Amino acid sequence: MPRIIVCLKQAIDVSQLKADANGRLITAGVSRKISDFDKNALEEAVRLKEALDGEVVTVTASVEDAKTTIREALAMGGDKGYFINDEALQNSDTLAISFVLAEAIKKIGQFDLILCGEASIDGFSAQVGPRLAELLNIPVITYGRKICLEGSVLTVERILEDRYETVKASTPAIVTVTKEINEPRIPSLMAIMKASKKEIVTWRLTDLGVSPGKVGEAGSGIRILDVKAPKVERRRVLIEGETPNEIAEKLVKSLIQEGVVGR
Amino acid sequence: MKEYVSVWVYSENNNLMLELISCGRSLSDTLKIELTAVLIGDEAEGKADKLVKYGADKVFMINHPTLKESPDEICLATLTDLIATHKPEILLIGSTKNGKELASRIAARLETGCIQDCSYLTINGEGQLITKRVVYSGNAVVTATFSRSPHIATVPLRTFEKLEPTERKGNIMKLEAKAVKPRLDVVSVSKMEVTDVKVEEARIVICGGRGIDSKEDFKPLKELAQILEGQVSNTRPLAEDRKWFSGWVGLSGKKIKPTVYIGCGISGMIQHVAGMRDSKIVVAINKDPEAAIFEFADYMVVGDLYEIVPAIVKELKKALD
Ligand SMILES: Cc1cc2nc3c(=O)[nH]c(=O)nc-3n(C[C@H](O)[C@H](O)[C@H](O)COP(=O)(O)OP(=O)(O)OC[C@H]3O[C@@H](n4cnc5c(N)ncnc54)[C@H](O)[C@@H]3O)c2cc1C
Repeated sequence: MPRIIVCLKQAIDVSQLKADANGRLITAGVSRKISDFDKNALEEAVRLKEALDGEVVTVTASVEDAKTTIREALAMGGDKGYFINDEALQNSDTLAISFVLAEAIKKIGQFDLILCGEASIDGFSAQVGPRLAELLNIPVITYGRKICLEGSVLTVERILEDRYETVKASTPAIVTVTKEINEPRIPSLMAIMKASKKEIVTWRLTDLGVSPGKVGEAGSGIRILDVKAPKVERRRVLIEGETPNEIAEKLVKSLIQEGVVGR
Repeated sequence: MKEYVSVWVYSENNNLMLELISCGRSLSDTLKIELTAVLIGDEAEGKADKLVKYGADKVFMINHPTLKESPDEICLATLTDLIATHKPEILLIGSTKNGKELASRIAARLETGCIQDCSYLTINGEGQLITKRVVYSGNAVVTATFSRSPHIATVPLRTFEKLEPTERKGNIMKLEAKAVKPRLDVVSVSKMEVTDVKVEEARIVICGGRGIDSKEDFKPLKELAQILEGQVSNTRPLAEDRKWFSGWVGLSGKKIKPTVYIGCGISGMIQHVAGMRDSKIVVAINKDPEAAIFEFADYMVVGDLYEIVPAIVKELKKALD
């Protein structure tokens, strides 16, 4: 009966982002969702739970309200959600957020497995899983695309740049998962209704005994100076021609002129 | 101004190591401090001289015969220990998947900040390390600096050009690896298809998307790659949904910055673009004039890839003959 903790980030829906006239990104009013890869982690946890008759709890730390997002996770099969919600989390980097998540996990208690996404869809820094492993002093296996849990033996297939690795570790351990590990389910109406009765435990930082110096700017290792839409400076030259051959000829000529093909 | 001690670089990837040395060299020159490369591996001895030639002032050489291909506890413990002892101000790590894990874990152990996948690093007038990286699936660039030491940053392949090797003198120091127990047991390793491997290092990449109807139809793309001495890659659905390939270019796949990227039958969704937006010259071939990929293209070809690609192959053969 494994107990699995899934770290869920409430992420910005990046496909809806717009920039203002100065190129600064507008994040206010953009809808929030479960970060894509975290959804894969949750799906995997629920599958393991179904196969092994275990329990899945989720943990989310956010300065914003994330209850709707957590509710969706419960509809997908999470049994209970933990939500660390505190204004002091504003401007926290992965150093601070990982610390808060680790403290929450210690308070949640015994577990066999922690699953995270390989990275979040907005920040994409791929740090929380590995950092948690250090804070909790347990093994971590990153970029997992297949997970097998037998008793306390965890076998994971990792996907790297040029190879796959099959790696074993003993639980408790952390695995970060890639998008290809599974296709997250869409919860049924029934599951959504059931989820409304599941418990979401909300904690403030004081409930975790986390001092203000550990979060926000004081608890972070990096300082953001600016967030801007990237400039796209492409020439957008349309290559036209009557026939494919004519088009190809023009294109090849241009590329040769640029000095990027040929001698 | 801070008391900087040195800039350190580490990567298990030999090419990336040389690129990091180039980046580290300019940072350390600006700060007038030493550049140290940390070399950990099974054939460290033979490689140390080369790192000096490419710009390192000092090489910490650690022979570690068992360092294979996993994120290694010994490597992590050795690096963390060395950093705690010598206190470099800046640590650059090669942004491979294992490199990113390593950087995060060192940062956790030293309770400091880590910025991944930096596309730009510089020292500003106040002597601060300023970094830029892409976030929000390619929708934004964040400029950030550090408020704790050491500053840990990871840098992807092909972000910096390695320097020309010169005859220089450097200080090579042989050190011992730390003896710690591995926590993971690597049971087996299997290589991916070669075509997928070299994409990040290729000067020219021909990328295919869902506009290509079958795996066999990649033939003209491969032919094009062959003539141009480039590599073929693809979008994610071709790997994930159609299972034709194991890797892909994009946010959740490979980040490439070739001299020339040629996208064939690719719509240009932001997640794909996030992986190729740093390409020097982008050629897009798509039959839909409204396709988003054209926003990111230097050369736009509106047409059927089944006609255009073979025609390009033919023209190139003629031109290069
Ligand atoms: C979290 C997340 C991460 C993702 N990460 C990645 C990633 O890393 N990499 C990635 O690639 N995708 C990624 N995706 C998927 C991405 O959103 C797109 O679905 C994908 O990139 C589309 O691939 P495509 O351009 O090949 O296909 P499509 O979007 O279907 O485009 C096919 C294009 O081919 C054109 N076409 C068709 N026939 C022809 C022809 N005969 N001649 C010329 N043109 C033709 C069409 O006009 C169309 O524009 C991710 C998605 C999510 C949600």
